[in-house]
Amino acid sequence: MSHLAAAAEQGFLSPTGVEIAFLLVGIATLGAAVVTVTTKQLVHAALWLVVALGGLAVEYLLLTAEFIAWVQVLIYVGSVVVLLLFGLMLTKAPIGRSPDADSGNRWAALTVAVAAAAALVWVVVDAFRTQWIDLDGPAQGSTRVTGEFLFQHWVLPFEALSVLLLAALVGAIVLSRKSDNDKEQR
Amino acid sequence: MHLAYPAVLAALLFCTGLYGVLARRNAILVLMSVELMLNAVNLNLVAFDVWLRDTLHAGQALTLFTIAIAAAEIGIGLSIVLMVYRNRGTSDVDKLRDTAEGRAADDAASALADKAAHEAAQKAEAAA
Amino acid sequence: MTTTTLAVLVPLLPFLGAVAGLLLGRTAPGFVRPLAVLPALAAAVLAVTVAVRQGGGKAIDASTQLTPTGSVPIDLALHIDGFAALVAVLVGVVATCVQLYSTGYLRDDPRYPSYAALVSLFTSAMLLVVYSGDLMVLLVGWEIMGICSYFLVGHYWETPEARAASLKAFLVTKLGDVPFLFGLFALAADAGTFRITGILGAVGSGGLDHPTLIALLLLAGVAGKSAQFPLHTWLPDAMAGPTPVSALIHAATMVAAGVYFVARLLPVFASSAAALTVLAVMAAVTMVGSALAALAQDDIKRVLAYSTIGQLGYMTGALAVGDRGAAVFHLISHGAFKALLFLGAGVIIHAVGTNSLAAMSRMSGLPKRIPDAYWTMTIALFALAAIPPFAGFFSKEAVLVAAEHASLGDTTGVPSGAGWTVLVAGLFTALLTAAYATRLWLLAFRGRGPAAPDHGKQPLVMNGVLWVLAVPSLAFGLAVTYLDDWFDGHALTPTVTTAVLGTGVALVGGLVTYGAWRHTTAMAARPPIGAVAAHPEDSPAVSEAEAIASHTPAYGDIAAAPDPADPGRLLLGPLHRHAAVGFHLDAVYHALFVRPVLAGAELVRFLDREVVETYVRGAGAVPRLLGAGVRRAQTGNVQTYLSALLAGSVVLAIAAVIVAAVGA
Repeated sequence: MSHLAAAAEQGFLSPTGVEIAFLLVGIATLGAAVVTVTTKQLVHAALWLVVALGGLAVEYLLLTAEFIAWVQVLIYVGSVVVLLLFGLMLTKAPIGRSPDADSGNRWAALTVAVAAAAALVWVVVDAFRTQWIDLDGPAQGSTRVTGEFLFQHWVLPFEALSVLLLAALVGAIVLSRKSDNDKEQR
Repeated sequence: MHLAYPAVLAALLFCTGLYGVLARRNAILVLMSVELMLNAVNLNLVAFDVWLRDTLHAGQALTLFTIAIAAAEIGIGLSIVLMVYRNRGTSDVDKLRDTAEGRAADDAASALADKAAHEAAQKAEAAA
Repeated sequence: MTTTTLAVLVPLLPFLGAVAGLLLGRTAPGFVRPLAVLPALAAAVLAVTVAVRQGGGKAIDASTQLTPTGSVPIDLALHIDGFAALVAVLVGVVATCVQLYSTGYLRDDPRYPSYAALVSLFTSAMLLVVYSGDLMVLLVGWEIMGICSYFLVGHYWETPEARAASLKAFLVTKLGDVPFLFGLFALAADAGTFRITGILGAVGSGGLDHPTLIALLLLAGVAGKSAQFPLHTWLPDAMAGPTPVSALIHAATMVAAGVYFVARLLPVFASSAAALTVLAVMAAVTMVGSALAALAQDDIKRVLAYSTIGQLGYMTGALAVGDRGAAVFHLISHGAFKALLFLGAGVIIHAVGTNSLAAMSRMSGLPKRIPDAYWTMTIALFALAAIPPFAGFFSKEAVLVAAEHASLGDTTGVPSGAGWTVLVAGLFTALLTAAYATRLWLLAFRGRGPAAPDHGKQPLVMNGVLWVLAVPSLAFGLAVTYLDDWFDGHALTPTVTTAVLGTGVALVGGLVTYGAWRHTTAMAARPPIGAVAAHPEDSPAVSEAEAIASHTPAYGDIAAAPDPADPGRLLLGPLHRHAAVGFHLDAVYHALFVRPVLAGAELVRFLDREVVETYVRGAGAVPRLLGAGVRRAQTGNVQTYLSALLAGSVVLAIAAVIVAAVGA
């Protein structure tokens, strides 16, 4: 009920500072994401991905999920993008503009994406236009809070996830190491 | 904060990633687009978690798990791409058409030709 | 052994010989000749024994039932009367002669084992027909002969003529056999039995309800087998077979079967005046037409073939006037001298390397080259022309006497019209027969020109067989006074009127032909036309096969040759052209049967190709098109698949939202 009460005194035309910040960062994030998927320069795409992921980290911060924000920065920006860059280089991706970065499927992809976007945005806006997030009160994603709920309620999935990561680690090594046959051939 | 902002941003990011997955030729760029889509979902999870004030914080926990799984996925995915590249001499998704009906033989032949050309170029580079 | 056991052995021995010959033909070639000759010889000896024991007395009847066959019982029955005994002797003797002759004639033929086995089987089937006392069993032999004649006529199946001739022989006789089968069933239905004795008893007590229908149906089969008008066309073409086969099939066995069948069941035919009239007209047309055609043929064997048809016409004529004794008498004497003629023709063809009389008439010295064939054929031709005292004279006179009696109304149950028809036609045919016999003799043995090529001596066995057959041709007629008892009992001796008439017209025919030959022979100075095949090293059959195959290319026709020196051409005048092709009967058949069948086949082919197949193709084409469309979707590009998948998801999601919105 308090949401409804808050809703009565808030509106689209009177954005708060957090909302303005969220909007601006969101636009930057979206722009970076769009550039990521459209740029002709492959390495630039990875760098623009850094911008988009960093923007998302800021959005997490604005949503008071501090721990996730730092995890985002650490894992995505710090490791995943580095991995991707390594992948680009190991596959000898061309440096500079490559005219064939997009496949012939582009127009079908665009149609599907725009249709999906239209449908999703319409549904989401239609569903949540009267809903507000109450960001007041104690931070909901501080490291303390996160640690508490993660190790109180989510211990078992957490541990299972560690096994998954181990399996992924082993699998990645097995897949990417050169086989004995390859060595003999070289 | 209005709930529509993160929700719409997540939807748009998701669709951007979707476009990337469908339109990008290089397999690593496709993986990047997958990351974008995963992050859009993460944003949704966090936003709704905050909105609902969930006592278990299921949204944030799942976000963390998703990030971990994404890291694992990107590792496995990259190693697969590397192996494909090593075997085929290319990491272009639309050249891997071995399952095509009828033209499979031609494509396999052209892929082999591509690989041969690629290796020739490699040798030329090494010589230079 | 009892007479019955001996009689059973008569058809059985050649059958066993045929089976053994077929089984051992490849593994033990040395046994093939004994296996071919000895069973036939044994069967001939046994047939003679049976005939002696039967002695023309009361008919021997024996039967055993193999298995119950329902309302109309079928028995393995023997019915040996004088007719059966004597015809069996003829078949046995001729078959033995043919088998002996074949050992020389086809001595190097690679297909000799199967040939000999088929001849044995053929002989066995004919003996079965002769002795059988049950019509169903008779039919078995009848049909075996049909299929054997198909194989034997087609012995030289490398040549298209032989292939066509064997098919024609089979189809034309089958054309008659279908009504024949119906006639047999109708007869059995009326008489209540297939046993000949039972049927004859039923006829005697007036038990047949439809005698005319049955007789006409049976006549169709008889006309097919015995080569009577209008189903005779297969016989001249069947000359494409080896000469011994011609001698066997077309002198003593197959064609004799029809006449013999009518002779056995003559009371059935005699109970219908209409059937007798039809038989008489058929006989008259057959004998006159075939004699005219024989006068125009160039192939020596075709002359003999048409002559066979004509002589069979005499036999059916005798049957038409109700005298089966005369018919079978002529059947036996004709079997002897016609076999001799065919076998002699085989020797001639081998000696001169051609079957064309036109080519033979331009060679001299043939009598010196093959004296045996010359003398025996002269005897046989005298017999054929019915010059006393040869066999043919007595048997033909018996026929003419019977016809005279019938025409004067002395024979009960026979319309006198039938008698007159047979008598007039018989006398006219006697003239023509003498004419073509003289022509054959003159052209073959009295040729002018370079000496006939020497192709070596004829095999002894072939010449020996000729002399064996010459004996009955010469002397069988003298036995006429002893034959009365064997047949129905009335005299077969010639009367003065018919003897003078018959011999007179025969002499006239012969002399006229001689005159015509003297007139035309001046034109024979030109070199021989046509090809001559000479293979002195090979067996005689090789020369014959080549002669048959080369006749059409050399003369433009299988039957006739454009020879101005031919006396037949002068005698027939404008008729020659038609007579040479058998009075266009083949063309008529072609128009009546072959062309409609071909057109029907073409129609069916069209319907199948264009109509039915269109449906089938359409049924295949639609899934194929669909498949092609679906194939196109399988590009192998994962992104395309994913695009389609997600597009579908979006559409579904939108649809769900809209439905929810409308519902709300």
